[in-house]
Amino acid sequence: MKFSSPRNFYFLAGRLIPWCAVAAAVLALIGLYLGFFVAPTDYRQGDSYRIMFIHVPAAWMSMFIYLVMAGYSVANLVWNIKLSDVMAGALAPTGALFTFIALWTGALWGKPTWGTWWVWDMRLTTELILLFLYLGYIALRSAIDDPRRAARASALLALVGSVNVPIIYFSVKWWNTLHQGASVSITKAPTMAATMFAAMIVMAFACWMYTIAVVLARARAEILEREKHMGWVAEVVNGA
Amino acid sequence: MNMSEFFAMGGYGLYVWGSYGVTALVLAIEVIMLLQRKKSVQRRLARLTAERVQA
Repeated sequence: MKFSSPRNFYFLAGRLIPWCAVAAAVLALIGLYLGFFVAPTDYRQGDSYRIMFIHVPAAWMSMFIYLVMAGYSVANLVWNIKLSDVMAGALAPTGALFTFIALWTGALWGKPTWGTWWVWDMRLTTELILLFLYLGYIALRSAIDDPRRAARASALLALVGSVNVPIIYFSVKWWNTLHQGASVSITKAPTMAATMFAAMIVMAFACWMYTIAVVLARARAEILEREKHMGWVAEVVNGA
Repeated sequence: MNMSEFFAMGGYGLYVWGSYGVTALVLAIEVIMLLQRKKSVQRRLARLTAERVQA
């Protein structure tokens, strides 16, 4: 596995980041154009529903990033791959960020549609727990000095916490809640206008590209620090 | 649709722009912090490796 050597990963990621960043910017512009100029005003919610184009992609990312983080944690626990620990650690801050965005935009959407910023129902509460899981994960990693012990302990936390993700996703089915059910599913046609759906999907891809770019950039910085005694790092930082 | 109508968002301007504005802000902060970290790591390691060459 050549890609799993930190050095190869560092250079490969360095080539990928600019493309992902450009793709994220272009997709975001297209998505915002579709969302604000093409998609019609909703007949029930008026223009407040346009929050959806960032709220739903952010909520998807918050859950998906956690699962990817848990996946890398398993790889680290089972095969002890150093790079998978770097990736898991690099994903956490961006996952926390998207969780915060999902909660923040949800509050701003909840006020005009439900009349309240917040309710303690299962969808909202489990999403808040997700934020605490991310923050706990980040705090745990920075609290343990020995990198191998930090990797194992945080991987375990990521793994245990991952049971929360399906609970978030299915909460709108399992419990009575103010939050509406999924408007997009694999088994049914989306219950919204095609242009609304298109705007949301394009924004979701923009969030993906953004995430890949920033997570790879964070992983690169981490690799440099971890491999600082290697010859290739000296060449990189001295511009050779 | 004129500009002020667009920004009013049918009376939901505060909620819509509050959502997109804060999102843009936190993403920008993440990118800036990452760029700063990259710079500081490279500077620190450049010093470290220079010392190693001298020693």
